[in-house]
Amino acid sequence: MSSSIESLISREYQHGFVTDIESDTLPAGLSEDVVRAISAKKNEPAFMVEWRLKAYRRWLAMKEPHWPNVKYGPIDYQGISYYSAPKTKKPLGSLDEVDPELLKTYAKLGIPLTEQKMLSGVAVDAIFDSVSVGTTMREELSKYGIIFCSFGEALREHPDLVEKYLGSVVPYSDNYFAALNSAVFSDGSFVYVPKGVRCPVELSTYFRINSADTGQFERTLIIADEGAYVSYLEGCTAPKRSTNQLHAAVVELVALKGATIKYSTVQNWYAGDKDGVGGIYNFVTKRGKAAENAKISWTQVETGSAITWKYPSVILQGDNAVGEFYSVAVVNNHQQADTGTKMIHIGRNTRSTIVSKGISAGEGNNSYRGRVQVLPKATGARNYTQCDSMLVGNRCGAHTFPYVEVGNNSAIVEHEASTSKIGEDQIFYLKARGLSAEQAVSMIVSGFCKEVFKELPMEFALEAQALLGITLEGSVG
Amino acid sequence: MPLLVIEGLEARVGDKPILNGINLTVNRGEIHAVMGPNGSGKSTLAQVLAGNPAYEVTGGSVTYDGKDLLEMDPEVRAQSGIFLAFQYPVEIPGVSNAYFLRAAYNEIRKARGEEEIDPLEFADIMDEKLAMVDMNPDMLARSVNSGFSGGEKKRNEILQMAVLEPRLAILDETDSGLDIDALRIVADGVNKLRRPDNATIVVTHYQRLLNYIVPDYVHVLANGRILKSGGKDLALELEDKGYDWVTSGSPVGAGAGARAGA
Repeated sequence: MSSSIESLISREYQHGFVTDIESDTLPAGLSEDVVRAISAKKNEPAFMVEWRLKAYRRWLAMKEPHWPNVKYGPIDYQGISYYSAPKTKKPLGSLDEVDPELLKTYAKLGIPLTEQKMLSGVAVDAIFDSVSVGTTMREELSKYGIIFCSFGEALREHPDLVEKYLGSVVPYSDNYFAALNSAVFSDGSFVYVPKGVRCPVELSTYFRINSADTGQFERTLIIADEGAYVSYLEGCTAPKRSTNQLHAAVVELVALKGATIKYSTVQNWYAGDKDGVGGIYNFVTKRGKAAENAKISWTQVETGSAITWKYPSVILQGDNAVGEFYSVAVVNNHQQADTGTKMIHIGRNTRSTIVSKGISAGEGNNSYRGRVQVLPKATGARNYTQCDSMLVGNRCGAHTFPYVEVGNNSAIVEHEASTSKIGEDQIFYLKARGLSAEQAVSMIVSGFCKEVFKELPMEFALEAQALLGITLEGSVG
Repeated sequence: MPLLVIEGLEARVGDKPILNGINLTVNRGEIHAVMGPNGSGKSTLAQVLAGNPAYEVTGGSVTYDGKDLLEMDPEVRAQSGIFLAFQYPVEIPGVSNAYFLRAAYNEIRKARGEEEIDPLEFADIMDEKLAMVDMNPDMLARSVNSGFSGGEKKRNEILQMAVLEPRLAILDETDSGLDIDALRIVADGVNKLRRPDNATIVVTHYQRLLNYIVPDYVHVLANGRILKSGGKDLALELEDKGYDWVTSGSPVGAGAGARAGA
């Protein structure tokens, strides 16, 4: 490889600053008392404490999974603080009362939490370490009967809805990290869109880890009632630290009859430095359940984190349900990603589409892991999977682990895969037309990811494209 | 001042020397044909002028518009008006031809201190350029060179040339793989783009293309040197007598190209 590709993969992480703010942090360690303390801090209803404790006890009996194609040292679960919140003098009445230091943080990240944001048609919930610090456009949304608030508020104001749906898609016993999350999650976003309502704006949550040695364990629950529609975006960043931090989130989507949920993620957690020191362990469980004629569409652009372990999945329970998964995962330097999806076809004539684009640069390792399961009753089920890998340089890796289980003869399941290498010839061709090496790589990679980017809402697509360029800087040479 | 002055240019790939002292001077308004048998170094010369890092320059100098060309990055060369029509145009899947062309056009405009052009204005420019090379507008929506036939790829190169309006165009075996109709279209495009203030170097193995693009000078390259230079009749003579006629004789020596261009 010539120096132009090499010099492109390593630009500084842009969101690595730390906000100097006083916080209320629980000492490191995990026990039943800690679980109770978290619940008490949030003034949660009794059912919640019980649920958390059941999860905790279950977690104690479980083993950390080591089947993903990633390598990392042992995690000291007693060395992590499970709760950290910026100190506030009193409960916040409105966004105007949010600590100016926090507002500045989000402004710096390009997420203004002021009501100006309304103009751009996006409502934002901002999660700082363990708690939500503000949600915009709530009044406007309430006119439609749409609930968009922090998980904590949902528990206080809509406990029935939470109790009904929490764990209905990802039970607390689902897996090691989901159990841990269920025990200690401190906040997250909650969305409910009533019957037949089309949510008029994009809803978005912006996650920020600030404190050192804390984990972030948020939980998102989105319910689209019959015939409803909602498009939801999440973005994530964290300061640069030399230690690894754990982020174990759970996202549950419930799409009732005829409802549509579109969930987009741009994940840009701190990835560690070029030698692989520090960075976020992003161990996330995301799953949706689609009832009859419902549709759930996941789009993810994964550019950050030292290790990514996530498989946004869809249980296609009702007849004619549709599941989609569009993914771009980029690894550079020493990043590792093991990501993909599960499409579980239960209902008749259920359809799923999987488009995965993996880009590996530096010494990064990227694995696609997918499961397409057609149960015996899923007559007429269809799946199309396309799984493409692109290699930048010759020290990186791309792996594919597709699992297909078909239990019904009428099902049609297709799988296509390709691996290509970003070519010196492509870069030189574009340079010979006046483009810089960075523009060239960005253009080639964007072209490779086009099918996924077109699924993202417009402004997110631009951000994703820019992020991709930044992540790959220094990768080409 | 000549547009391009190549003196004693030597280059290699890996350990293999390919150019062994090229001398060539190109003035504005001229068309030069560089001919030669396979492996003579024709394409290497084209690639070295465009700045392909796969080739290492080991000696000599290249002065473009009074500046040291070899010091310039490939993109800076392109921004300064050098254009290489590739022998094997490269595919860029997922990137539309229109997007790519506009990005390139705007980079070159920026380098000239001109304002960038928005997609609507660019569409107007494209209408005219497409007509010039007789190309279907559908080509703009397709990914750069992806799934293009050999002829379409070559035509796409000439379309890029028409859009970027280079001051020095280098056509590397643009005629190879073209049927006679496509050859005529490509040659027409090149002729229409000819201006008193720009120059063209046509690298070709066969005389055929030179029936359509009439050169002012013809240079014969063998073993990485220019062995013979002359007017357009030299190409016909070569066609008649074969490359052996030149390569078996003694070289006319350094400076032949410079004399031819003077």
